Amino acid sequence: MKLRELTALELGAVIKKGEVCVREAVQAALDAVAAQDGALNAFITVAGERALCRADKLQAGVKDAQSPLYGVPMAIKDNICTRGVRTTCASKILGDFTPPYDAAVVEQLADAGAVSLGKLNMDEFAMGSTSETSYYGPVKNPWDLARAPGGSSGGAAAAVAAGMGWYAIGSDTGGSIRQPAAHCGVTGMKPTYGTVSRYGLIAYASSLDQIGPLCRDAADCAAVLDVLMGHDCRDATSLPGLDSDWNGSGPRADYGHLLERLTGDVRGMRIGLPAQCFGDGLDGAVRAAVLGAAQVLKGRGAEIVELSFPVLEYAVPAYYIIAAAEASSNLSRFDGVKYGWRAEEYDGLADLYRKTRTQGFGREVKRRILLGTFVLSSGYYDAYYKKALQAKAVIKDAFDRAFEGCDLLLTPVTPSPAPRLGDSLGDPLSMYLGDIYTVSVNLAGLPALSMPCGLDAEGMPIGAQLIAPHFGEGAALSAAHAFQLDTDWHRRAPKGGEAP
Amino acid sequence: MIDMELADYIARLSQLELEEGEKRAMTAELERIVAYMDVLNRLDTQGVEPMSHVFPVKNVLREDAAQPSWDRGELLAGSPGGDGEAFLAPKAVE
Amino acid sequence: MTWETVIGLETHVELATKTKIFCSCTTEFGGAPNTHCCPVCTGMPGTLPVLNKKVLEFAVKAGLALNCAITRHSRFDRKNYFYPDLPKAYQISQLYLPIARDGAVDIRTGPGDKTIRIHELHMEEDAGKLVHDPWLNQTRADYNRCGVPLIEIVTEPDFRTADEVIAYLEKLKETLAYLGVSDCKMQEGSLRCDVNLSVRPQGSLELGTRTEMKNLSSFKAIARAIQYEARRQIELIEEGGRVAQETRRWDENKDASFAMRSKEEAQDYRYFPEPDLPPIELDPDCVDALRAAQPELAEEKRARYQADYGLSDYNCRMITSDQALAALFEGLVALGAPPRQGANWIMGEVLGALSQHAMEPKDMALTAPTLARLIALVGEGKLNRNTAVKVFEAVFDTDGDVDAYVRAHGLEQVNDGALVREVCARVLEANPQSVSDYRGGKEKAFGFLVGQAMGELKGRADPQAVNQALRALLE
Repeated sequence: MKLRELTALELGAVIKKGEVCVREAVQAALDAVAAQDGALNAFITVAGERALCRADKLQAGVKDAQSPLYGVPMAIKDNICTRGVRTTCASKILGDFTPPYDAAVVEQLADAGAVSLGKLNMDEFAMGSTSETSYYGPVKNPWDLARAPGGSSGGAAAAVAAGMGWYAIGSDTGGSIRQPAAHCGVTGMKPTYGTVSRYGLIAYASSLDQIGPLCRDAADCAAVLDVLMGHDCRDATSLPGLDSDWNGSGPRADYGHLLERLTGDVRGMRIGLPAQCFGDGLDGAVRAAVLGAAQVLKGRGAEIVELSFPVLEYAVPAYYIIAAAEASSNLSRFDGVKYGWRAEEYDGLADLYRKTRTQGFGREVKRRILLGTFVLSSGYYDAYYKKALQAKAVIKDAFDRAFEGCDLLLTPVTPSPAPRLGDSLGDPLSMYLGDIYTVSVNLAGLPALSMPCGLDAEGMPIGAQLIAPHFGEGAALSAAHAFQLDTDWHRRAPKGGEAP
Repeated sequence: MIDMELADYIARLSQLELEEGEKRAMTAELERIVAYMDVLNRLDTQGVEPMSHVFPVKNVLREDAAQPSWDRGELLAGSPGGDGEAFLAPKAVE
Repeated sequence: MTWETVIGLETHVELATKTKIFCSCTTEFGGAPNTHCCPVCTGMPGTLPVLNKKVLEFAVKAGLALNCAITRHSRFDRKNYFYPDLPKAYQISQLYLPIARDGAVDIRTGPGDKTIRIHELHMEEDAGKLVHDPWLNQTRADYNRCGVPLIEIVTEPDFRTADEVIAYLEKLKETLAYLGVSDCKMQEGSLRCDVNLSVRPQGSLELGTRTEMKNLSSFKAIARAIQYEARRQIELIEEGGRVAQETRRWDENKDASFAMRSKEEAQDYRYFPEPDLPPIELDPDCVDALRAAQPELAEEKRARYQADYGLSDYNCRMITSDQALAALFEGLVALGAPPRQGANWIMGEVLGALSQHAMEPKDMALTAPTLARLIALVGEGKLNRNTAVKVFEAVFDTDGDVDAYVRAHGLEQVNDGALVREVCARVLEANPQSVSDYRGGKEKAFGFLVGQAMGELKGRADPQAVNQALRALLE
């Protein structure tokens, strides 16, 4: 049996049947890491011994396993805290930080019988769209080692694409799951804000950050989300379940049924194509592939509607103002006093702060801290930060109106396929503008996924984005599943990605 | 909008040092980014309430019940220069 | 020129919750450094705050007691600054939408009554404690206090004298203690006060440049610091100088204040709404319910004691100065003790015993039923007042059983008229000299005879009855 070719659910099923033992699966994944990660640099920390030990422990419980993902090897982005395993955020400043606690999602995954292979490379503090800003070196795209895998969850996308684990856990603040998923030909989803606990996710922009899966296909995403999603009383922004006796007021979510309700039935579903998402600046191959996806869905009974989304151009500036502002505050705690790296030489307290932060952070992180400090500083708050919060309200309102006329939105994930390494670093503004199709989703707290829908002339993957209203994960996953029943883009693997 | 003086000010607030050459480049980049942000001025937001939280979730509260605190050693394990009892910093003036 | 001093106060009060504002660590005072901590209150990456329900409740109760308008839609903001006592490098506080605003507190000083306006009351987290270690020449940070809930109460600049400030603080302390929201112990830092002070020529409407004074750890220090700072500013202006807007630190040992840092220099806190905490919405019904459940405060009690029980103003103030004393008094009245006698016992024996034991009223064992029984026995003539005081002293420490003690020590008052007459007759017979002295006009001799008779009766008789019996026999 070629384990590499199985999805996470298929692997889970053969483990459950006893046809494959957990250790075999882990060993296969570790072999893939050993063979490829020297070139890809998708992992910051490989916890091989730990994974094998865990595999043996889990094997004993296979018969009683409840989760369809029991025993399936996976990996975790390095901004999610893991007790006893260093968690660096791909930064020098957290180079030796070993959290004394597990993130909520790490506990949930452990309960479901997941085996973690280690921690995945990313843009430093999740700030970037190429995974090149990591202190631990850039991640390479398994489809073309001269290209970036996208970011910030570039290590996660590259690992899944290359068969180094069957799924990965990433985080998405402005497209950090969907964009690398698109560039690496995997399926990734950012769920509704508040449906996955952020406890233990090292914050970049707290009001936008959300954890989610990167997988081989939509069904795997549904299964992983069933594990990740749920109420957590340690995160005050976590939304309660329908049956919760939670004391606050606000919307509630229906957790845990994504996989069982994954029908692939899109008959009568109205799928909207926002005109502004197919305008200038969009690569021809990407346009063709995404519109092709619309036709596939139409073929399965969906109705395609065209609509206008006039506020798209405000999404990038609003996003970068809000994200930078929150980041400037969230990253202030890294000062060399309590944990992490401390500058070797300094003269007094202020100098310790400045030297540690100046030498400990990379350039993109510093740029965003400065930008965020600026938009919050006295005299500029109203013109920038407050204005951005108003734009956020306008954008959320525009989505509400769009969803009156359709059930899902279909858009490109990125204007063009994966960039060559180094191309984006010199021009931050154009890198920011590349996030145009993904950031508005985070501003409005919506769920959205990215699914492979084609290859360009050079053989690089293209992604299509499905955006759903709040709590519409099921609809988006069903549409993606329907698409994947009729296509095989999600089954294509990069040439270098064959496990031995 | 963003000149060297303002760059100095925000760097000081951020506890970051910018060397002369780096400061020039960073100031220019920030200036370009901030100039681009002015796109927002085209958006009419008269009467729009700034949205700090995307969901109308309110009053998320916990009961006032104590849990055991953590082992001090674990909390201090990663602190640079810590002595196992307290976090240590250079003398805080005042 | 005559100068007027203008003062506003910012008072930080630690709330008496069991746990911290955003995590479940204990708020207990003291403890070895960093032993009341967890990843949340030490600002570990990835951790998140969750608001303690009790903090919100206490803040609303305090706001209501200070006659504030409670904010229907309230929210937390982050105040950003770097300092080793603040592990996240931001303090979660409230700037834009504080929980309560526009209140008023009536105070009484020598010259009369006055209203102090409350600008706002907001919730926030306390910072850690920094101790300089001269041996290491380093600062040691202890985060036990990090995240202890505070309310900050900001007044308008309505004070003109130190007396007014002290009267306000005493009122505040009393009110918050009555509400049970804080123990207001200045020595443990649970009530801390910053004084904003400026001076202006009498009659001027413009405010002068103000300074802010910190590190005021007692009412005495506050009064001294106000006098010092007003004099300093007046002298400075009279000498042609200008007051700098700055923060000053009061040094109690040197009896002087010293500039800390200039306010003009980069205090840009970059406040913005705390994304990790959803807003608070208090529906009016819920606020009304809390308002209805507010306890009767000291001032209301004072008015009621005067009106209903005819107690003196002084007694009212003393008894209501402490909630435990007021509760004891009300307990006595409820158990049928005559209010004035109850008050007298509290003012006399209870306060005396407390001061003798250097004890706080809330810590005493004595309960209302015990003292009420004692008062009843005196009222029924079963104990005389002097014996009752001895019984009080015996039962005070342990709230002992009054009846059992009286029985065990045979202290019931002798109410047998025949026995008293018989004893008195014996005393007269045994002391002929005194009898003749008395008859000769020496009133002092009568006192001696009473003493002798009371002695024979082991002090258990009603002195009044002995008096009467002796006079009857001597006539």
